[in-house]
Amino acid sequence: MTAQVYVTPTLKAEAKELSFFYGGTAQALRSISLALPDRHATALIGPSGCGKTTFLRCLNRMHDLYPGNRYAGSVVLYPDGINIVDQTIDPIEIRMRVGMVFQKPNPFPTTIYENVAYGLRIRGSITRSDLKAVVEQSLKDAALWPEVKDRLHSLAFNLSGGQQQRLCIARALATGPEMLLFDEPTSALDPTATARIEELVTELKQRITIVIVTHNMQQAARVSDYTAFMYEGELVECDRTEKIFTNPSNKLTEEYVTGRFG
Amino acid sequence: MQRHIDQELAELRSQILRMGALVKSQIEGSIKALVDRDVDLASRIIERDTLVNTMDVEIDENCIRLLALQAPAARDLRFVTTAMKISTELERMSDISENISERVIELNEEPQLKPYIDIPRMANWTMTMVQECLDAFVRSDAALARKVCADDDFVDNLTHQLFRELLSFMIENPATITRAIRLTFIGKSLERIADHATNIAELVIYMVEGKIIRHTIPPVLSDNEA
Amino acid sequence: MSLKNDIGKSTDAKLVRRQILRSQLRDRFFAVGGLLVMAVACLVLLALLLQLAYDGIGRVSWQFVSSYPSRFASQAGILSAWIGTILVMILTAATAIPLGIGAAIYLEEYASKNWMTDVIEINIANLAGVPSIVYGLMALGLLVYEFHLGHSFLTAGLTLAMLILPMVIIATREALRAIPPQIREAAYAVGATKWQTVRDHVVPYSMGGILTGMILALSRAVGETAPLITVGALSFIAFLPRSPLTSEFPFISLQWLFDPFTVMPIQMFNWVSRPQDEFHVNAAAAGVILLAMTLAMNGLAIAIRARFRKRIHW
Repeated sequence: MTAQVYVTPTLKAEAKELSFFYGGTAQALRSISLALPDRHATALIGPSGCGKTTFLRCLNRMHDLYPGNRYAGSVVLYPDGINIVDQTIDPIEIRMRVGMVFQKPNPFPTTIYENVAYGLRIRGSITRSDLKAVVEQSLKDAALWPEVKDRLHSLAFNLSGGQQQRLCIARALATGPEMLLFDEPTSALDPTATARIEELVTELKQRITIVIVTHNMQQAARVSDYTAFMYEGELVECDRTEKIFTNPSNKLTEEYVTGRFG
Repeated sequence: MQRHIDQELAELRSQILRMGALVKSQIEGSIKALVDRDVDLASRIIERDTLVNTMDVEIDENCIRLLALQAPAARDLRFVTTAMKISTELERMSDISENISERVIELNEEPQLKPYIDIPRMANWTMTMVQECLDAFVRSDAALARKVCADDDFVDNLTHQLFRELLSFMIENPATITRAIRLTFIGKSLERIADHATNIAELVIYMVEGKIIRHTIPPVLSDNEA
Repeated sequence: MSLKNDIGKSTDAKLVRRQILRSQLRDRFFAVGGLLVMAVACLVLLALLLQLAYDGIGRVSWQFVSSYPSRFASQAGILSAWIGTILVMILTAATAIPLGIGAAIYLEEYASKNWMTDVIEINIANLAGVPSIVYGLMALGLLVYEFHLGHSFLTAGLTLAMLILPMVIIATREALRAIPPQIREAAYAVGATKWQTVRDHVVPYSMGGILTGMILALSRAVGETAPLITVGALSFIAFLPRSPLTSEFPFISLQWLFDPFTVMPIQMFNWVSRPQDEFHVNAAAAGVILLAMTLAMNGLAIAIRARFRKRIHW
């Protein structure tokens, strides 16, 4: 009888003792060491204020937009091994490789086409036909193409909430990122739209590394391969999702997962 | 933090215990009917089996409802799925008691073959195992559950001993064959009840430790560790 | 867990009905009051307009619009004045708008938020409240005497530009601030630099607010009299500035910037100061024309803003 061999997956990124300080002094992340496997989905769960969104926004240097924030430790991006939070590395370069989808859908107030095309336009010259092809492919990847193919030049705001969020996903996909970050992507959507987005994430994770922050534990259970539980700025436990939800190693994790958190 | 689901889990636990108590009295009653040659008691045991079946169905429905509505995770999930399986094991124990009672009624058509010593001993041991496996469930006591698994050997040995004795009866005097066979059957039934108690104990170990030890003998080293 | 307050207890229906009636009465009172106040404001405005029209509309004619000022009221016209107003407005807009919007963008998007920027922000707000004649005096000393720009269109344009610059900056900053951070974050997340975010998203989406600010600022400038008097507007100009187009290379001439100037409000002021009634009528007529020009200018700006709003739905 052969026993199951646990194969360590190849990693896309790895946080090594990452700490983060808002305004340079208020510590929000404490020495987080977390591996993000390549072409798998990792979910971040934990009570409000535990730092999961803070951690997520370190991965694409969003904290740089607001003055005074400070990183300590490193986040290594494979295969080239650069440190994402290294101050000498241009955050623009990181954001071109790591995309993000936000909690509340935030398409630009222009046309659907322009929304998806923008990321490509700012990267330099691209022919009109190439641009059209990429826009179409991105909308198809985001499961939105059939609904918008006849009105690409109408305003994005005319779409429903769920469609707008898929548009934001298409916008993020258009630039061909290596890693895609989702910050509670369905918390503002109704159950049907939520289900479609979860379906999308389940498909996308086969081609691109995904990190998803969610308040909804059932969503983490449905969608992710690995789940990391965070509490008060620390990483408590990270393991395969089925283990976290059937038999977690840490008592705190179990209390959170069974809803016993006060 | 006390949650609504804790009440429901506690209620489920009580249901299992009530069913366990009923099943224990079924086993006890069927053996008493044998020893006292009490046909009425045996009939009552047979009738009471429907009550046990009803409880099994109730527990099943309760568990499914909990799974659908509360989506329990980790420890709670293991508890609910274990409870479902325990109720099945208990129901089978009661069926076996029903079979024992049917044999008792048949045995009463002829005089008693021999004084009943081994069978009551087996019955006591088996009922202790049933009590202990349910205690282990209530107290989430994995050590007690493991003890129950080990105790199964004793019942198995007693069964073989009983069979050898009855076999010698049958060889000496063919007229005793029907009664001896029925008694052998009763011995075998008790052994099966003990096996079901062992199953419950293994389920309790899974519930407490999160490891499935059913159907394994000694653990096999993985390729990594070998 | 039992509720310790009165949720769910049935309340006295009559009491509730009385409370509702009282609120409704207050509601109606304020609605009527508001209507009255608005009516008064509108009536005052209407009265002013009607008075002006009654006095002056008879005098408005092609001759009036195409003649130079004259000692004879019946022959006097506003040609130099209205052309002067337009030219000065063009200069003011061309100076204040780029400077104002640029400064606001820098202060809002690029400058680091420290005590220095706070001081600057307070000072800009203060400058918006400085009386216009002070600007005139400053311009007189700085532009006319120090820089030797003379009493010219250039001086007038720059003076008014300085006057309305704080307004443009404040209005633009408010418009930029109104863009929610989610939009900026969306642009950054796609890999845009700060300049790309500002150029492609922040500024276009706040165009509505920026243009509104511009309209208000220019409307103020059109009617300014005191600072222009101070920098030396003449009220008797019987000629037009030199043409910007020439017949020889390079075909554009900037000489007109240095020519003497006059504007509509100054011409009106001059006429009103005269004792003869006919000049008062002239002044009223000029007022009508000035109003029309202001309306036209605002209308143009509003049309531009509407076009912006259609393309970028905010």
